[in-house]
Amino acid sequence: MISEWAIRVRELRKQYPGRDGPVDAVNGIDLEIPRGECFGLLGPNGAGKTTTVEILEGLNQPTSGEVEVLGLRWEGDETRIRERIGVTLQETRFPDKETVRELVTLFRSFYNSGLEPDEAIARVSLEVKANALVEQLSGGQQQRLAVAVALVGDPEVLFLDEPTTGLDPQSRRQLWEVIRDLRSRGRTVLLTTHYMDEAERLCDRVAIIDHGKIIALGSPAELIARLGADHIIEFALEGNGSPIDPAVFARLDSVLTARVDGDGYLLTVGEPHRALPELLDELEALERPLARLTTRHASLEDVFVALTGRHLRDDTEEENSSGGSRARRRWSWGRRSR
Amino acid sequence: MLRSSPFVQLYLARLREFYRQPARIFWVYGFPTLLAVVLGLAFQSRPPAPIPVHLADGPYAGPIVEAIQDHNRKLGSSPSDPPGGARAILPPINLAVVPESEAIRLLNTGKTTLVILPETSVSWTYRYDPTRPEATAARQVVDQVLQEAAGRVNPRQTRDLQVTEAGSRYIDFLIPGLIGVNAMGGGLWGIGFFLVNLRIAKLLKCFVATPMPRRDFLGAILAARLTFLIPDLAVLLLLGSLAFGMPIRGSLLLVILIDVVGALAFAGIGLLVASRVRTTEAVSGLMNLVMIPMYLLSGVFFSSDHFPERFQPLIQALPLTQLVGALRKVLLEGAGLVEVSSSVCILTAWAVVTFSLALRWFRWT
Repeated sequence: MISEWAIRVRELRKQYPGRDGPVDAVNGIDLEIPRGECFGLLGPNGAGKTTTVEILEGLNQPTSGEVEVLGLRWEGDETRIRERIGVTLQETRFPDKETVRELVTLFRSFYNSGLEPDEAIARVSLEVKANALVEQLSGGQQQRLAVAVALVGDPEVLFLDEPTTGLDPQSRRQLWEVIRDLRSRGRTVLLTTHYMDEAERLCDRVAIIDHGKIIALGSPAELIARLGADHIIEFALEGNGSPIDPAVFARLDSVLTARVDGDGYLLTVGEPHRALPELLDELEALERPLARLTTRHASLEDVFVALTGRHLRDDTEEENSSGGSRARRRWSWGRRSR
Repeated sequence: MLRSSPFVQLYLARLREFYRQPARIFWVYGFPTLLAVVLGLAFQSRPPAPIPVHLADGPYAGPIVEAIQDHNRKLGSSPSDPPGGARAILPPINLAVVPESEAIRLLNTGKTTLVILPETSVSWTYRYDPTRPEATAARQVVDQVLQEAAGRVNPRQTRDLQVTEAGSRYIDFLIPGLIGVNAMGGGLWGIGFFLVNLRIAKLLKCFVATPMPRRDFLGAILAARLTFLIPDLAVLLLLGSLAFGMPIRGSLLLVILIDVVGALAFAGIGLLVASRVRTTEAVSGLMNLVMIPMYLLSGVFFSSDHFPERFQPLIQALPLTQLVGALRKVLLEGAGLVEVSSSVCILTAWAVVTFSLALRWFRWT
């Protein structure tokens, strides 16, 4: 039974009992991930990424919906699926007094077939630490150990839940190399992250999740292209003058959207060389000098902000001003309502 | 072959995790040993201590002082009475002569057990607190010494045969108690606390995300627990028999069997305690809830017979009571399997019931 899909999910829902009635952690997700793809699930904390992944990993039961992993279903085929997948959970703390090789050997013993422990250790470049105790490893090395443990069964599908959260830039890069290596070996990788740059670099396709739903799906380039413009101008004004309605800037040439962002404004722009002179003229006419101005390429982060009106990593804004941000989104974007 | 067996690998991992932590080895093996040594020495059988007595100074104090000094001198010169000697062995008397007011003050503040107030050359008063057993005893001893010095003759001959035999001392009582406590601690800490920590570290989840057979996981933890039992038992038995001369009157094999069944009962309780808990605080509280009543009631440090009759059915149902009781019977009284079968049955019942409940409730993820 060979399925071309590594993962298929239909109408997945997960409801938890909450204080104010049931909470929909996952609220109707459909997903099809072909074999060999590196797929990213993006979203802020609490968006439902981990719940979704744990259901796919068979560690959590869905309230309703269908899940297939490698053409098999969890009910009835659990052991067969487990033999063929590898799982790295968020924040696993391995026992301090085990060495890297002992731990990888232990996990190898759970699988009928797989890599030699030393081979798995080499895949994550921990050879020099093979005899070191877990407590002697840095955070990044422990995270790579977690990946080695997930790799040792030579899985066809590898799940990585926030593999780089809390790591320093160098450790993140090392882990990216491990993931690229896996993809080049034709393995399917499903990773969750709230780092947009990570998804842009690693993933063939990404799904952006918010409030338990997929709000955008496609390759990073496609999603950015959907913004309609791939440049961003950010600026702030000097003095404490009255705020300016961003709609003023949205009328400028080549500007697609305009909105308030933090202490300044953010414009999505097709051609900066046309938008910039107009913007400067406009500000001069309003007699409001610039405090700063930067331009950059649009990123997945901008896609997320455009879709939700929120930044990916601020978890508090929505609590404080969900009404306000929703209103702002309506007039500055208007074309997508939730 | 061994390398690819999940059971063997999990078992080895559990052993490594233990022996690589010297602090744990101390708390599991060193601490009970230390406790046994300290308590064993503290409650060692000793010759009777001198009785502190105060005599009020005055014109009639002289003969009393003389009689008591004479008594103490006899004790020193003839440590062993001749066979058939009529004299009972009385403790030495530590007499101090002080002014009357001072003697009364010492008595009122509990610094002395007995005050003698001479009235005439042939009469005196004993002043003491009859609610203090040692004061009553002191009065009897002093009175006998003084009366005999004054010429009293005992009309009947009596003989004292003193017994200080291994097996009836406090240390002999204590060692089986500590073996039981170790089995309880091993089950609750080594299984309950250990599993909750695996859950907190998300390692349990990490294990069940692999094709690891769950029975191998639990089997390996139990096997490791029973392995740790060997040094557990050996350390205390060796200490007891080599350092304190504790007898091992029954079958050593039966001692091991009882300890294993007891360890399984506590392993089941540990598993049950760990089946749902997600925090260290909660598991510590639960473990105390289980362990403290047994420490107090199960006759580890002092006999559980002292508790009121109506609590006895409850106390006898506790696994630690049965484990410690059975170990004492075999070690000190030389009991066989038949005599301890009820204890073994109760411990087995604890093991079966707790394991079946725990396996039903245990939360892996």
